Amino acid sequence: MNSTPNEQVPLADNSIIDLQEVSIFYSGKIAVDKVSFPIAKNKITSIIGPSGCGKSTLLRSLNRMNDFIPGVTVDGMVTYGGQNLHGSEVDPVEVRRCIGMVFQKPNPFPKSIYKNVAWGPGINGYKDSMDELVEQSLRQAALWEEVKDRLHESALSLSGGQQQRLCIARALAMAPDVLLMDEPCSALDPISTAHIEDLLFELKSRYTIVIVTHNMQQAARISDHTAFLETGKLIEFGVTDQIFTRPQNQRTEEYVTGRFG
Amino acid sequence: MTTDTYQAVQASNINKRSTRWAEFLIQSGLGLCALVSIITTIAIIIILGKEGFSFFQHVSPAEFFLGTRWVPLLEPQSFGVLPLVWGTLLVTFGAAVIAIPIGLASAIYLSEYASDRVRSIVKPILELLAGIPTVVYGFFALTFITPLLKGIFPDIQVFNALSGAIVVGIMVLPMIATLSDNALSAVPQTLRQGAYALGATSYEVTTQVVVPAGLSGVMASFLLAISRAIGETMAVTLAAGATPNISLTFFESIQTMTAYIVQISLGDAPAGGIAYQTLFVVAGLLFVITLILNVLSQKILMRYQEVYD
Ligand SMILES: Nc1ncnc2c1ncn2[C@@H]1O[C@H](COP(=O)(O)OP(=O)(O)OP(=O)(O)O)[C@@H](O)[C@H]1O
Ligand SMILES: [Mg+2]
Repeated sequence: MNSTPNEQVPLADNSIIDLQEVSIFYSGKIAVDKVSFPIAKNKITSIIGPSGCGKSTLLRSLNRMNDFIPGVTVDGMVTYGGQNLHGSEVDPVEVRRCIGMVFQKPNPFPKSIYKNVAWGPGINGYKDSMDELVEQSLRQAALWEEVKDRLHESALSLSGGQQQRLCIARALAMAPDVLLMDEPCSALDPISTAHIEDLLFELKSRYTIVIVTHNMQQAARISDHTAFLETGKLIEFGVTDQIFTRPQNQRTEEYVTGRFG
Repeated sequence: MTTDTYQAVQASNINKRSTRWAEFLIQSGLGLCALVSIITTIAIIIILGKEGFSFFQHVSPAEFFLGTRWVPLLEPQSFGVLPLVWGTLLVTFGAAVIAIPIGLASAIYLSEYASDRVRSIVKPILELLAGIPTVVYGFFALTFITPLLKGIFPDIQVFNALSGAIVVGIMVLPMIATLSDNALSAVPQTLRQGAYALGATSYEVTTQVVVPAGLSGVMASFLLAISRAIGETMAVTLAAGATPNISLTFFESIQTMTAYIVQISLGDAPAGGIAYQTLFVVAGLLFVITLILNVLSQKILMRYQEVYD
């Protein structure tokens, strides 16, 4: 790591996930190169960096979503609750129940709005009132008021921004420990984006959030910690304020101020 | 060429109307070709309608559609089409029971579990199977499936509906497998990932997300296969025989609508007579049934194309 951990916000003490020398390869070609940083509990950590620097690849390694891409190998350790997520004895299905994910493009199931939210808890044997869980999840995702009268209509009838909030509701219904978000606002207009940013603020008290974003203002506005990657390497990691106002590294400064290239 | 000279050439092309003429000729040629198939279809409908009309001057529709005896060639004649419809239904039903589960299972395996290598081997084989002439399948049924069945059920007839159903099932299986595989493979990867990210197992993702999402394509493949089974001729004639029969078992010989058409076309009936006209009413009935099924599957397919594009 190039940065010195900030004094006021201990970075490693209350971490929920720790990346230790994580390297990720696509058929032997390196995409993430010995990245280490902690992800603090009940905080928002943002990952920023130029296109193709390995943000999505790194994010997917946090809940074993790289398993679905042929030829991917992961070196180093991603520990969650003291366990190496990539250990051979770990069940990836269990990992994904605890560490949820929201994708760049909204991907609701072609089912009703209600079923989109209820499906995950359903297959995982949720026993209490499903109606309550669906309402609560949709409320948390700030979508309830807009859809409460049309819960049984197809999710595909929603607008893009509503679909994305539905996908967030779907992830929240699983009551995950950690929520991973890969550019969740990139397909959305400023109003929907503002909705979702407000939402992330509220969710922070109950969830740990890791968000990949290309939007510097967004990272600065919502995140507590920021990791800056470039060509697979972690250039700087620290408290967001510091990264954006007093970056230690020349490259970081150029990137966050837009003089990148 | 520099941009400037290219633009100059383009400008000088503005006056070349001849290229438009060539285009016009090609367009009309293509249009004519399309017209041929349309005219053929219309001609078939007219002929079927005309012969069918004069048939119904002699035989009441009630006798034809509700009668249970089909004896068009011997006295006393009887023109109840139900035995033929029943024969077709029996074979089609049996074929569907065999082909739908196995075909869907193969499609699921191919699209969700098979490696690219396995896929690249299995898919061409399936397409090859679909191209084997149907008479070969019929021969296969008669010389291989029937003796096998005889070993299991000793009192089964030489020509029997079961053998016909099995062979037609085998024939339409590749069609269900490839078309359903196409439908399932068209389900976006992002949908699967969304499901996996909720802690689903691959079984749950397949059965509860991928298959429902591709369901209209899958259903369309079933309907097309059924309509193919209804229209299938040579294999069933060879395997199931030519005895119009409303039998409640699969062990007896039956006659399907198509098998009857073959029998008459081969010259059992004098041209112009009423027995000859039955050819056209039975063919007309077959035409209407398969047309309805095809239109239905087209409708379903169109709906599914709307969902993802
Ligand atoms: N499925 C894949 N197969 C092979 N290489 C891949 C694959 N996905 C990504 N890569 C490569 O890995 C590197 C990192 O890709 P990744 O998608 O993680 O970048 P990113 O930072 O998320 O970019 P963006 O901001 O454009 O989303 C890139 O060089 C990319 O070409
Ligand atoms: Mg990305």
